Amino acid sequence: MSPLSTDELVVSRELPGDDGSVLLGSASRRRGDTLFRGVALGAGLVVLFVLALIAASTTKEAWPAFQQEGLSFVTSSTWIPSEGKYGALAFIYGTILSSLIAVVLAVPVSLGIALYANEAAPRRLRRPVVYVMDLLAAIPSVVYGLWGIIVLAPAIKPVYEAINGAVGGVPVLGWFFNGTSGRSFMTAGIILAIMITPIITSLSREVIATVPSAQREAAYGMGATRWEMIRAAVLPWSRGGITGAVMLGLGRAMGETIAVALVIGSQAQITTHLFEAGDSMAAVIVNQFGESSGNHRSALIGLGVVLFIVTILVNVSARSIVARFDRRSRGM
Amino acid sequence: MTDLFLESEVERLLLEATTSRSRRVKNRLASLWMVGSLLVALVPLTLVIGYVLFKGAGEISLAWFTEDLPAITRKPGGGMGPAIVGTLLITAGAAILAVPLGILGAVYLHEYGGKTYTARLVRFMADVMTGVPSIVMGLFIYTVWTLQFGLEGIGGSLALACLMLPIIIRSTEEMLRLVPDELRQASYALGNRKWRTIITVVLPASFGGITSGVMIAIARAAGETAPLVFTIGAARNLNLDLFNGPMTALSVQIFGNAQTPFDAAQARAWGAALTLVGIVFIFTVLARVISARVARRHNA
Repeated sequence: MSPLSTDELVVSRELPGDDGSVLLGSASRRRGDTLFRGVALGAGLVVLFVLALIAASTTKEAWPAFQQEGLSFVTSSTWIPSEGKYGALAFIYGTILSSLIAVVLAVPVSLGIALYANEAAPRRLRRPVVYVMDLLAAIPSVVYGLWGIIVLAPAIKPVYEAINGAVGGVPVLGWFFNGTSGRSFMTAGIILAIMITPIITSLSREVIATVPSAQREAAYGMGATRWEMIRAAVLPWSRGGITGAVMLGLGRAMGETIAVALVIGSQAQITTHLFEAGDSMAAVIVNQFGESSGNHRSALIGLGVVLFIVTILVNVSARSIVARFDRRSRGM
Repeated sequence: MTDLFLESEVERLLLEATTSRSRRVKNRLASLWMVGSLLVALVPLTLVIGYVLFKGAGEISLAWFTEDLPAITRKPGGGMGPAIVGTLLITAGAAILAVPLGILGAVYLHEYGGKTYTARLVRFMADVMTGVPSIVMGLFIYTVWTLQFGLEGIGGSLALACLMLPIIIRSTEEMLRLVPDELRQASYALGNRKWRTIITVVLPASFGGITSGVMIAIARAAGETAPLVFTIGAARNLNLDLFNGPMTALSVQIFGNAQTPFDAAQARAWGAALTLVGIVFIFTVLARVISARVARRHNA
C-alpha cells in the first residue's frame, strides 16, 4: 500500500483545528483512536441516559398513584394513606415555603461574604474566608439536621414564643410571625439557609471575579468610594450571574431531604404561620417510605417525580441565565 | 476594625480628604454589612463543629470502631463498626463506578466534543444533573435496582455514583482546559496518536487537579443519607459484601438515632456525626493539599 492512498490519509477533524494536522498511520493504529473516542463518547452519553432513565423509571413506578389521583395529586392537600387519598399540595407548599425562607435569609449573607472576599477584604484574609465557606459546605446535611433537631429547635422555641407574643396579634406581621413550634417552617428555613450559603457565595464569587478591573478602576478614578464602586461597576455587571447563583441555591434547598425531615415537624398543613410545623416533599418521602406499600409507596415515588421536575426546571432556567451571562462577559 | 477594610492608612486618609460625610457613612455601613455577613456565617459553623466535637468525642473508643451496633438502641453500649465499614465500602464502590466514567466523559467533552451540539448537550445536562436532589437518585436506584435485586450495599453505591458522576465530569473538564495545547501538539509532533496523547500526556499533566476534584466528589458522597435509606436497608452486624444483604452507614445511623428521644441513642448519633465529619474532612483536606501542591509546581 502506498502511504498516500486516499483510504490511508486520515484528516482528523477532532484534532484542534488550528494545527491542521494530517496524520498518517496504519489502519490498526487508527482503530485505537476510533475506539477510544467511542468509549469517551459513551461515557459522556451516560449522563443523558441516566437522566432519561430517572424520568422513565420513577414515573413508571409512580403511575398507579398518578392514575388514581389525576390532577388532584398536586391540587388537593388531603394526604391520608389509610384511606387511599394522596393529595400532595401541602408538601409542595412546605417545600416552596421553607426554600423561600432559606433564600431570603441566605442571599444577603452570601452576597455580603462574596463581596467581602472579592472586593473588600485585605489580600491576607481572602483565602481564609474561602476556607471557611468550604468548611461550611463540607459538613454533611445529616449533621446539620442532627444539630437542628437536638440543639437549634429547643433553643429557638422561646424566641418564636417571644416574637409570637409581641406581634402575633398585629395585622400583617401576625399572619407570618405566628405559632410556637420549635420544629417549624422557619427552623427548616434557617437550617437550609446555612446549607445553601456556601453554594450561593462561591458561585457569586466566580461571577464577581469576572468583572473587568478596568471598570473598577474607572469608578475609583471618578472618585467613587468602595461601596459606590461596587454599586456602579460590580453589581450591574454580575447581576445575571448572581441571579443564577441564587436560583441554584433555591434548587438545592428544594431538594434537600434529611435536614428538613428532622426539623420541619412533619405536619401536613398549609399556613402562612412561619413558626408552625409543616412538611416538605422530600421530608415526607423519607419519613413515610419505610412503612409504605402499594399505592402509598407509588404516591411517594410520585412526589419524587414532582420534585425531579421542579428542580430540573429551576436548574435549567438558572443555567440558562448563567450561560447568557457567560457569553456576554466574554464579549460574544 | 479599620484594618479589616482598608489596605493602608493612606487609603483611609485619602477617603476622608476627598469624600463627604454621608458617602463615607454609606461606605462604612456597606463594609460592616460585608464583615457582618462573614461573622453571621461563622456562628452556625462554630456551633455545629463545636457540638459535634464536644458531644461526639465521649463516644469514641476502640469498641466504637470494632463492635456491632447494639440490639437495643435506647441503652448504652455497642459500637458503630458496621456503619463505619459500610460508609467506606459503599463510597468506595461509588468511586469505582463514577471516577473512570466521569474522567472519560470529561475527556470526550474537552478533547473530542468541544463545541459540537452533542458535547454542549452533555455539558448542559451534566450541569443539570448536579442539581438533581439526592433523594431522587435514591428513588431512581430503588426503582431500577432494589426492586429487582433487593436491599444491598451496591444499590447505595449506584445511587452515590449517580451523584458523583456529573461533579467529576465538570471538575475534570475544567482541569483538562488548563492543559496547554502546546503539550498536545508536541505529542502529535512526536507521532503519537490522539488517544495516546490523551493517556500519556494530557491526563498525567492534569492529574493533581483531577484528583482534587474527585476527592471533593467522594467527600460529598460519603456524607449523603437520602440515597442510602431506600437502597441499602438496615443491618446491625458487619457485612463486608456489597452484593449480598443489607448494610448500614454512618449517615443512616445519625438520621435514625437523631429522631429518638433516648439519651444513649442521641449520644450515638453525635459520635457517628464526629466520625463522619472526620472522614469527610480527611478527603476535603487531601483535595486541598493536592491542589495546593499542584499549584505550587505550576508556579515554580
